[in-house]
Amino acid sequence: MVLSAVPQPASQPGSRMSRQQQQRTPLKHSDNVVEVKSKFEAEYRRFALKRNGPGGFREFYRLLQTIHRIPGVDVLLGYADIHGDLLPINNDDNFHKAVSSANPLLRIIITKKEDEPIVFATNSLQRRKKGLGLTALRTTGSGSTHSRNKAGLMIGLPQNFRQISSIIDVDILPETHRRVRLHKHGTHKPLGFYIRDGVSVRVTPQGVEKVPGVFISRLVRGGLAESTGLLGVNDEILEVNGIDVAGKTLDQVTDMMVANSHNLIVTVKPANQRNNVVHRGSKTSMGNSGSVGSAGSTSSAPSHDSPSPASQSNPITASNSIAEGDSDDEDDDGDLILENDCLAPFDSQRVTNSNNTNLNRDSPSNRPHNFTVVRPLPQSLSLPNSIGTNLSDSSMMISNQNGNPTHTSSSSQESMREDGNIITL
Amino acid sequence: MMKFRFRRQGTDPQREKIKQELFAFNKTVEHGFPHQPSALAFDPKLQLMAIGTKSGAIKVYGAPGVEFTGLHKDTTAVTQIHFLPGQGRLLSLLDDNTIYLWELVAGAPREVVTLLHFLHPLLLLSATRVTVLLLLRSCDLLCIGTEGGGVYFLELPRLTLKDSQTLLQDQITQSLPDDYRCGKSLGPVESLQEHPQQPGKILIGYSRGLVVLWDLSTRQVEQLFLGKQQLESLVWERSGNLFVSSHNDGGYSVWTVTNGNTCNQQPVSSTIPYGPFPCKAINKILWRTTQTGSPVLLYSGGMPRASYGDRHCLTIQQDKEHVTLDFTSRVIDFFTVHSIEQEKEFDEPSALVVLLEEELVVIDLQNPGWPSLPTPYLAPLHSSAITCSFHISSVPPKLWERLVNAGKAQQGRQHAHGSWPICGGKNLAPPPKQQELLLTGHEDGTVRFWDASGVALTPLYKLGTANVFHTDCDPCDDPQDPSNDPDMQQEEEWPPFRKVGCFDPYSDDPRLGIQKISLCKYSNKLVVAGTAGQVIVLGLSDERSDHMVDVSVVDLLQDREGFTWKGHDRLEPRLKPAPFPPGFQPLVLVQCLPPASVTAVALHAEWNLISFGTSHGFGLFDYHRRNAVLARCTLHPNDSLAMEGPLSRVKSLKKSLRQSFRRIRKSRVSGKKRTITTPTSKVQEANAALAEQEDVAPVQRRIEPRSADDSLSGVVRCLCFADTFLRDGTHHGPTLWAGTNSGSVYAYALEVPGVGSGRACERGGAGESSVCVEAVLGKEIQLMHRAPVVSICVLDGRGKPLPDPYEASQDLAIAPDMTNAHSVLIASEEQLKVFSLPKVSAKTKFKLTAHEGCRVRKVALVAFSSTAQEDYSEHTLVCLTNLGDMHLFNIPALRPQVRYDCIRKEDISGIASCVFTKNGQGFYLISPSEYERFSLSAKVITEPLCSVQLDRPLEPTPLVKPEK
Repeated sequence: MVLSAVPQPASQPGSRMSRQQQQRTPLKHSDNVVEVKSKFEAEYRRFALKRNGPGGFREFYRLLQTIHRIPGVDVLLGYADIHGDLLPINNDDNFHKAVSSANPLLRIIITKKEDEPIVFATNSLQRRKKGLGLTALRTTGSGSTHSRNKAGLMIGLPQNFRQISSIIDVDILPETHRRVRLHKHGTHKPLGFYIRDGVSVRVTPQGVEKVPGVFISRLVRGGLAESTGLLGVNDEILEVNGIDVAGKTLDQVTDMMVANSHNLIVTVKPANQRNNVVHRGSKTSMGNSGSVGSAGSTSSAPSHDSPSPASQSNPITASNSIAEGDSDDEDDDGDLILENDCLAPFDSQRVTNSNNTNLNRDSPSNRPHNFTVVRPLPQSLSLPNSIGTNLSDSSMMISNQNGNPTHTSSSSQESMREDGNIITL
Repeated sequence: MMKFRFRRQGTDPQREKIKQELFAFNKTVEHGFPHQPSALAFDPKLQLMAIGTKSGAIKVYGAPGVEFTGLHKDTTAVTQIHFLPGQGRLLSLLDDNTIYLWELVAGAPREVVTLLHFLHPLLLLSATRVTVLLLLRSCDLLCIGTEGGGVYFLELPRLTLKDSQTLLQDQITQSLPDDYRCGKSLGPVESLQEHPQQPGKILIGYSRGLVVLWDLSTRQVEQLFLGKQQLESLVWERSGNLFVSSHNDGGYSVWTVTNGNTCNQQPVSSTIPYGPFPCKAINKILWRTTQTGSPVLLYSGGMPRASYGDRHCLTIQQDKEHVTLDFTSRVIDFFTVHSIEQEKEFDEPSALVVLLEEELVVIDLQNPGWPSLPTPYLAPLHSSAITCSFHISSVPPKLWERLVNAGKAQQGRQHAHGSWPICGGKNLAPPPKQQELLLTGHEDGTVRFWDASGVALTPLYKLGTANVFHTDCDPCDDPQDPSNDPDMQQEEEWPPFRKVGCFDPYSDDPRLGIQKISLCKYSNKLVVAGTAGQVIVLGLSDERSDHMVDVSVVDLLQDREGFTWKGHDRLEPRLKPAPFPPGFQPLVLVQCLPPASVTAVALHAEWNLISFGTSHGFGLFDYHRRNAVLARCTLHPNDSLAMEGPLSRVKSLKKSLRQSFRRIRKSRVSGKKRTITTPTSKVQEANAALAEQEDVAPVQRRIEPRSADDSLSGVVRCLCFADTFLRDGTHHGPTLWAGTNSGSVYAYALEVPGVGSGRACERGGAGESSVCVEAVLGKEIQLMHRAPVVSICVLDGRGKPLPDPYEASQDLAIAPDMTNAHSVLIASEEQLKVFSLPKVSAKTKFKLTAHEGCRVRKVALVAFSSTAQEDYSEHTLVCLTNLGDMHLFNIPALRPQVRYDCIRKEDISGIASCVFTKNGQGFYLISPSEYERFSLSAKVITEPLCSVQLDRPLEPTPLVKPEK
């Protein structure tokens, strides 16, 4: 257990602490300890966490349950980030993010699950900041821009954080074009867009020329494409995963997109050219490519490895996406291969003990079966991006150690098919 | 992303040269019967026959193997063809009023006539429509009859109009008696016929009934024949003393031509053969004299309107002999083959050739009873709609001989052994090096065996599977039953009908339709699978046999609950022993439950195993021990469509329809079908196009990955047997592979007694106890992209496909490399992928859809031999995509080699019907009745090589500009 609840007067069980919160205990070791203030209904608790080893989300969850004396109560955790947004904590990633971004205090808000769920959204805390007295948390730059927004963007309660989209190759594309990468794997959201034939106007040396083109005709509400905000209706599709679509029919482009749907990279000419990335200064500054995400991707779920919207010019993002772009070819090698181990041995046991082997044989009749399949973990769980990619690259091997035949057991097949994790590898 | 650019292979000149020696794309021959024929002609001097089609094609046929094709620039229907006898030239009249002159010219290699070249078109007299053409025997003048009644004359071969000769109706009307004239026009010119003895005199027949004998040199009316009935056609008697006219009322009249009598009021005789009730018109009549006695009279139509008005008939009459040939499709045109030498006194017709809409029928007029002759080409492939096909290269001579004999036994009764009357030209093609067999499965449950070794696709043998079942149709339909002879039954009937031809578009029971065929050429075992889940294993026998067929039922659903099949019932097996003629005779019938259409079959005759798949799952059956080894359900629980079977609309109607009506199968999608455009229809088309542009919302396509619960995900797409390494890297054994519509691949290790790794010996005493074939699931592969698996093939240690069963064990092929690791090639609709074995990991792949935007439809592994080096050959993966193009990849590296456009992408049935041979050729349907044969190999090409002896040089005539 790396968590250590620092005994404080405030955390005495049963005592009302609302007044004591004003008197801050001076911290002697502010560098490696994070001050935590958690609120459940009307009660506050204060304690500290080790900054460099805060442990996992589950442990923290249990700690809060004991501190607030609510064992067995299902709760949702939220924290106030530096911009004053109320963001959820429900896995190791966002817990670590919360701890690392505590400045200096980590504010935890606990709500019962049965209650009306809290709305996680940008700006959500600021609207009630007067009541909470969060003015101290408000940072100057981004906070003020947020407050100018009319409505905060809604963020659903995420189960896992993952990247769902990115803008890539900004440095090599013309400003009028945008190359968008949609990460389908792991999500259950539909890609959610439609394409159509249309006429595109090109400027050629001979003058303006009308050529057939393929355009986005519709975005499905709640789909991946819409939620990224990077694709819009009437955007012209120029390339699909690096292949020019000029001269291809609508059906061909459809097939190309479907074939690449798990890792779709579309180069579009947005119908709305006002949100284009303007190259500031020289093209050599790699940082620019990272910054483009900020324009449209504020709505994308925060990714653990992508910078927060405010922190611009992160060169890591740029290089990261390029690296992924290079490896995309390998992405779909994740064909699932189930091996039946009872097959493998051409061993003595099999030969000598024919009775036993007969049991393993197949026949049209069904036999009772009892075995469990070792299921792969959802690959998008909490691994750093690079590892996640590697995992999906290599073919997953699931060996049935039990040694029972899998084929006759139709219901076991069923359970495996229904398991989304296997399917969406 | 840059990688896509880098993937392009650099052009290695060495490799490019090898590629040129291996691959070349050619469309070589069209097999079968031309779709929608519209014109027929015969050159009695060269003995060549020409057929024109509605799509503007002209095909010339002579002796078997002699074929030429020409295609008009516009796809307009050819309405008439006329040979310039002996010259190798012909004139074609199109529906748009143009005349083309064609000629045979020498092709590139040798003095072989390979092509029809058209010389020049002539747009004629746009004001009036051409109705008939007459080419004078001297071949220097073309007479053109028109709708307006005028006759125009063109000089040949320049096709220049001789204005001074033009004969307008006024000139004729002047010489008519007043009571006949009565102020009306004479109508269009219906017929032009040259006097058989006196050149320069032509007979002109007008629609109203007037016939005029016109002298071209004096430009005078020689004689008038004042017919009162609307005229349909005219024919001269050989001597020129009389001619016959046929009429709209179903009658014909005989007129005598006697000198000096300028105006004939009445014909010598007038007959309505099928009267007295109103009859349909006699469209064409021929009068042929014979030495032995009465002339032979041949005419089409004339049937009593009320009772037989819908029949397509042609009557042959001589004395008391009278036969009404009853065809299943419309008569387009007909001609007789007869003596043409001027000095002979009689016609002596030897054969009648009738072009019908769906087939060509030839009647032997020399043998009593006028039997029909089998056609060596132009076979109606579609006598019942083609549902699948299968090709076998290098058929062993023994099997070939037995098939030929079985086929002869079938035909013997029906056909006389007269010689083929159309025998012009010389076939120069060398005899085929090997025998090739094309099997077509049909909707009526028959499998036809065709000799596909050469240019002419000829029928060898026909296998029916309907007699395995108890069907609604009458059991005495057995073709072997002599009491069923139509001649005997219809003795008393008038008209004396005789059914002729084999085109039969009716299907008694759609469930009988054949879906998949597999034949083992070494063991002569045939597997045929059909629409109602029936899988029949047949063996070849030279003796007639009456036996019961063993029936097994395999439930592919197993214990799946909650699914009900709402489609058709399974076929009821016949309970009594049935007589089976020599040929392939059924041994075992396996019926899948639910009785969905079989989507894949595999046969391994060495292991006595068949495997079959439907939309519900797949099964493995040991036909030697007659027991089911395995049944595996591939259904996804959400897939309700597969369970319920065909659409409800069909099923509710079907049952009652089946019992009461026979179903007419309309021609399926036809690639060449085009409507004849008239000015009005063009306007309508344009309007329709405009209307469409305005109010139809743009077509949009959803972009979504394939998901597990797409409907029909459980359809089994391919099955394959292989002797390979599935368990471990050291012991190989029989395996079964199955691929589904949703990208799942199942690999089973099979335990076949006496086969594989010498296991039987090791087992020793245990061998007796386990005599059954057993199957254990070894691997399951779920392709991530979930595209349908089109094909699975195991490659040996050298990366070559495994040989067929028996080939290795009987030293008929190079033994597969079993020392190095095997691999499996899985082709899905989107990707080609090679996985290592026994540990399944991806080795190489090619993402075709991601790159080209096309989907794989058909895949074949083909051995291409080089034109340069005798012994060099490469195994290549040939892929036909949904865009109709061929992609060739080397294996196992899957590097793209070449790409050819082959089929129009709109021609879905063409793409679906494509079948490849093992040496780089292929066939696909260009119409319901025609296979296009193509070749991807630079070496193996089957194309017509023939010559025709002409009395002119074979160099093309210099093109002359037409003058209006």
